Amino acid sequence: MMLQQQREVDAEYLLFQAKREKAFLTGSEAVAEAIKRANVDMSVGYPITPQSEAMQLIGELYQMGYLQDYYRAENEFAVMASIHGASLGGGRVFTSTSGPGTLRAMEMFPVWAGARQPIVCAFMCRGLSLPPSIQPENIEMGMLLNTGMIMLHAETVQDYFDMILGAYAIAEQPEVHLPIGVFADGFFLTHTRESVTLPPSDIKLKTYNPSAAPVPCFNSETPPLRITRDPLLNKSNAISYGANASWHQEILSASIRSKKHINRYIGGSLETENPDAGIMIVASGTAVSQSREALRILHKMGIRAGLVKIKTIRPFPGEELAAATARASLILVPEFNAEGWLSREVMASLDRNSRVVSGPRVFGGMTMPPNLIVNEILSRIS
Amino acid sequence: MDKKVSIRMSGLGGQGVVTAAHIIGSAANKDGKFSTVNPFFGAEKRLAPAESYVRISEEKIYERGEILFPDVIMIFHPHVITLGKCYTMPFYEGLQENGIIIINSDEPLEFKQEDIEKFKSMNATLYHIPATRLGVEIGGTELATNMSMIGSLLGVYPLISVESLKESLAERFGGGKFIASGTTAALDDALKGKYEQLAQLIEKNMEVIEKSSEQVRKYTFGQEG
Repeated sequence: MMLQQQREVDAEYLLFQAKREKAFLTGSEAVAEAIKRANVDMSVGYPITPQSEAMQLIGELYQMGYLQDYYRAENEFAVMASIHGASLGGGRVFTSTSGPGTLRAMEMFPVWAGARQPIVCAFMCRGLSLPPSIQPENIEMGMLLNTGMIMLHAETVQDYFDMILGAYAIAEQPEVHLPIGVFADGFFLTHTRESVTLPPSDIKLKTYNPSAAPVPCFNSETPPLRITRDPLLNKSNAISYGANASWHQEILSASIRSKKHINRYIGGSLETENPDAGIMIVASGTAVSQSREALRILHKMGIRAGLVKIKTIRPFPGEELAAATARASLILVPEFNAEGWLSREVMASLDRNSRVVSGPRVFGGMTMPPNLIVNEILSRIS
Repeated sequence: MDKKVSIRMSGLGGQGVVTAAHIIGSAANKDGKFSTVNPFFGAEKRLAPAESYVRISEEKIYERGEILFPDVIMIFHPHVITLGKCYTMPFYEGLQENGIIIINSDEPLEFKQEDIEKFKSMNATLYHIPATRLGVEIGGTELATNMSMIGSLLGVYPLISVESLKESLAERFGGGKFIASGTTAALDDALKGKYEQLAQLIEKNMEVIEKSSEQVRKYTFGQEG
């Protein structure tokens, strides 16, 4: 197989300076377009709706010579473990999964974070059994809040493309070196075709430099056992308790240190519209899109409302959110899940959180009619 | 064109509902309008209900997911109505005032009086077209049903240009720019085999579309149309 010849460029050039061309793509296709330009060494996948198409397209990229290795593993746990190994060996890696696949692989996510690996994984969120559902929902995000991973949530197909490439730039900073999950609501984004702009495909990110990593990658001089077992599993030794605790503190610190790189590569943790409004909608993912339509309806009714789009779920931008909603007397948190994990994050970050209305929530696969948001607001202000 | 048009297409898996939406949305995009396209289906299988949605607007579209309040409903198979293979019950649930319904059936379907009253109260206009038959007669394959349905839409509501439509067809079936999904690609290969050449394929599809646009008939419900 001949590898594709692409010019290596800085992430800044690829993301912000290269001339872009219009395309009409689904989220799945945009993932493949991002990986085509990400200079990924290896990808491993296991199919699950709604992720299957994206990983199949990445298999096709391998066939075309954009990746050095690609295969289908036995299941999602095997996928995430293989990706762990490939990354420990010093490669830039990519994978993706959805819903039940995410849960099956759960053990590996804190392992990635603990091993300080800049793995990028695209989660295409869907419902969990039972009752069975393959349809859009982001309940799995609520279950991944505490793995040590950085979590980005895309609203649009354009976001998904830009965030996956930005994720490599953020994750591979020596002072960060954490895995990044780039989340999208299945179908609403993965299967929706919309206008995007893409930089040319004959350029790609610079080759990953594993020697800049804070934890050395494995080779014949750095055997795996030294990192994974010594001293962290020798529980009889008080030093190992301290080592373990300080290691976890360092993971949290690395997450906080990622913020300046998040600002640089994906334009910040949140975006605000009408920040001085007394009514604010706080949302992430495609609930933001539905909220934008709700704002249009409210505007026509002469009701002024604003919007905060949260792009990073971890690290959660609590202070920025508090500042963005300081003038609001009503804060609505629409979500595509039954649990309301985002509203809990929001309430934990704000003072006077009786201002927060947890909802509306839609789950099971249905879309969220913008009028549902509008009516919720009207019922609170009348 | 109105500021925003929402089209809901209901059909059976394998009929090309998703592809038809892709081609219409892509053509609208080429015409300089905003458009988004998305499908909805269960665990993929042939003949199971499949829907796809096209939104076309003069301004940016944010809204996502299924179209609850369509302006146009396109029914790709009579079973959507007669066997209830539909995501909404009745199939016209949510249709907006002055809406359009186009149904693929060889003969006009019989409707209950209460449905007819409902259509009248919404000021809906119904059309029927033997899309599968035209697909077979003109295109030589029932896989051209979706092309015939696109033609029927153009016949009653020309909201995309013929030039952009042709360009979208070339892009969709011409490979290169477009990356098809695995299952869709397999279907496309079968089609290409039948038509031998891409140019011929597009020409045939355009012929199906053009002739179908003239074959679409209005339901009169006993009155002169």
